[in-house]
Amino acid sequence: MFNTLKILFHHGRQSIPNVATAELPGIFRGRPVITNEKIDTAALVKLCPTGAIGSSPISIDLGKCTFCGECAFAFPNKITFTKDYKLATNSLERLIVTEGTNQPVLLDASLIRSEISKYFSGSLKLRQVSAGGDNSCEMELNACGNVNFDMGRFGIEFVASPRHADGIVITGPLSENMALPLQICYDAIPEPKIIILAGTDAISGGIFSGSPALNRHFLNQYKIDLYVPGNPIHPLTFINGVLDLIRTNPRHT
Amino acid sequence: MNHIAVKNNERLSLTSIPRSDYERFLEHNTALLDDSANHCVTYFGVPEDGKIKLICGIANDNEHNIYLSCAEINRTEILPSFSKHHLAFQVFERELHENFGINFSDHPWLKPVRFAFDRADKDSCIEYYPFYQSDSVELHEVGVGPIHAGIIEPGHFRFICNGEQILHLEIQLGFQHRGIERLFLEKKTLLQRTTLAESIAGDTVAGHTTAFVNLWEALCGFQADDELRFTRTLALELERIAVHTGDLSAICTDIGYQLGNAVFGRLRTPIINFFQQWCGNRLAKGLIRAGNNHFPFDKELGIALKNMLDQYKPDFNEICQKTFRQPSVLSRLEKTGVVSWEQAGSIGAVGMAARASGSERDIRKTHPHDKYINLGHQPVIKHHGDVYSRVQVRKAEIIQSIGYIRDLLMHLPAESREKKELGSPAANSIVISLTEGWRGEICHCAITDQQGALRHYKIKDPSIHNWVALALAVRNNEISDFPVCNKSFNLSYSGHDL
Ligand code: SF4
Repeated sequence: MFNTLKILFHHGRQSIPNVATAELPGIFRGRPVITNEKIDTAALVKLCPTGAIGSSPISIDLGKCTFCGECAFAFPNKITFTKDYKLATNSLERLIVTEGTNQPVLLDASLIRSEISKYFSGSLKLRQVSAGGDNSCEMELNACGNVNFDMGRFGIEFVASPRHADGIVITGPLSENMALPLQICYDAIPEPKIIILAGTDAISGGIFSGSPALNRHFLNQYKIDLYVPGNPIHPLTFINGVLDLIRTNPRHT
Repeated sequence: MNHIAVKNNERLSLTSIPRSDYERFLEHNTALLDDSANHCVTYFGVPEDGKIKLICGIANDNEHNIYLSCAEINRTEILPSFSKHHLAFQVFERELHENFGINFSDHPWLKPVRFAFDRADKDSCIEYYPFYQSDSVELHEVGVGPIHAGIIEPGHFRFICNGEQILHLEIQLGFQHRGIERLFLEKKTLLQRTTLAESIAGDTVAGHTTAFVNLWEALCGFQADDELRFTRTLALELERIAVHTGDLSAICTDIGYQLGNAVFGRLRTPIINFFQQWCGNRLAKGLIRAGNNHFPFDKELGIALKNMLDQYKPDFNEICQKTFRQPSVLSRLEKTGVVSWEQAGSIGAVGMAARASGSERDIRKTHPHDKYINLGHQPVIKHHGDVYSRVQVRKAEIIQSIGYIRDLLMHLPAESREKKELGSPAANSIVISLTEGWRGEICHCAITDQQGALRHYKIKDPSIHNWVALALAVRNNEISDFPVCNKSFNLSYSGHDL
């Protein structure tokens, strides 16, 4: 008993005090900023492994970007990755970062269904389904609940049964072999319910986009409530995104 | 001579692999496996002129070689199986059956592997898979998955139980199949292929990406310099510490030991945060590149890593002492989920799970690459084959890896000034690349065509063999011990399903 207390005591409080303002150590590839510098556009577009870079104007689609950083190494004056981990939003257009701008990624308040803050602002239970995920986003979603990120303090938790859930968090590019289980799980969640796509693979298929082993039909049927970019998602990206979705707050426009 | 010997990451002309008729091919390779120093690292088929070319690679631990041989067959032939002689071949032959429709006359069970999208029999679907059944009125079945209670990947477990006791576990995977091997051929740029390698199993980014880049450099005839070798070796050992620590946390969860869960869990955090500090990604995606290094490891990083490990180690030792002296913890781990040395050998188990059952198998020793060549690695071996042995292997390997990292930090590599050109892959070649990831032996194999373009890419995650070990481990255990048995292996679904 005494030993247990001693261990608890010297590990101390491990949770990040403020998840909205925490600084990440070292380097991190968060929200990119693209300058107006003139470069060889064709070469830039071509080097991206997932076709995330668009031309005229030059842009990066965070829903397709794997955050490999290679574009920034090749064109350091054109593209830099900031440490801004607040990348989640609820509209596909807002995932696109264009040249000459340096704006935070925000949620579109007009797209948030009114029942979301009414029912879920103080308590949100989520069921996670990996549909071809490589276990990286899954590990980071697990990390959201650990003693460091401690998402449970906001009433956000992952639950075992879809019957207990208010929504589904999908990771992976949606494999054909998971199409039916995913649908069954979603159907088992009571209304009202939300859908969150976590990670580049889920949002666009990522590097697997176009693979005949996928079946992304599920996504055409429903409104997606939140897109969380990342490869994998950073726990702070996920937690901030979900908080912005369920709480009415100034980060909405 | 029925085979040619190659080294790990040695390029070979495809035509130099000796070809024999199937009977001699079978006889030769199954005879090789009679020697326990040999094991099969890869066995697959490549379509060629309307036929299938079978290529088999048997690794010899003592001579540090891989013996390659091949045979040509027609898809319609019904063949005697390798598995009849050695069970370790079973999954390779199931894969040949699933992908090409090749039939074997005496294979024990041609169960589907992963329901690949380009499988030969499109009528065989994961939804309608007929599980092994028992008619006994005294037994019942328990189905779990594909979606499990926690945040983990999907797979289906079907138990046949007598009361609480598991008599048989059948594991059906394939839900995670993304068609990776085919995508390696279809995605043409090196960066796309590297990104694919990083996505085979997101918990083994360093492992699979190292296997890929070493293979690619061998195909291109590129010699990695000290800096590249350092990066890969350090990343592999950090990944081992991070995942092993996380696994100890998860094992504590599964036995309801909260303190262990919290403390091991929090000890993993600084390790993966260090990856981010170094390369911008907590799981090391973006770090390892063929012929290139974006993230030089400077003195400052060296000091940060040393300080982090100096803090980690006493905390780790303290929680280990506390956890593994609790009778209530030990009673759940000891004699639970046993895989004997004989079983591990017969199914070709690899990696830390095999070492927990007394096997010496470890690529870092037997087929070393990168900095392991000078490391003189001695594998950590335990002998009981139970959950506790797998826990102890993890614990000892973490301490060993910390030692290796401290050694590596003594001689930081000079940043390479002159960038050597990587070049392009040689034509008509084959390379086999072996890496000891935290889970065990990873094998990548590539074949190029006359123009030097990729013609075939084959990936083998250690989980391919070890899922069978899990099925054997839980026999005669209580079904309530399944979670802790499962976690003690922590096998990959996506690495298996590809
Ligand atoms: S960082 Fe994103 S946009 Fe840039 S090359 Fe990589 S995937 Fe493309």
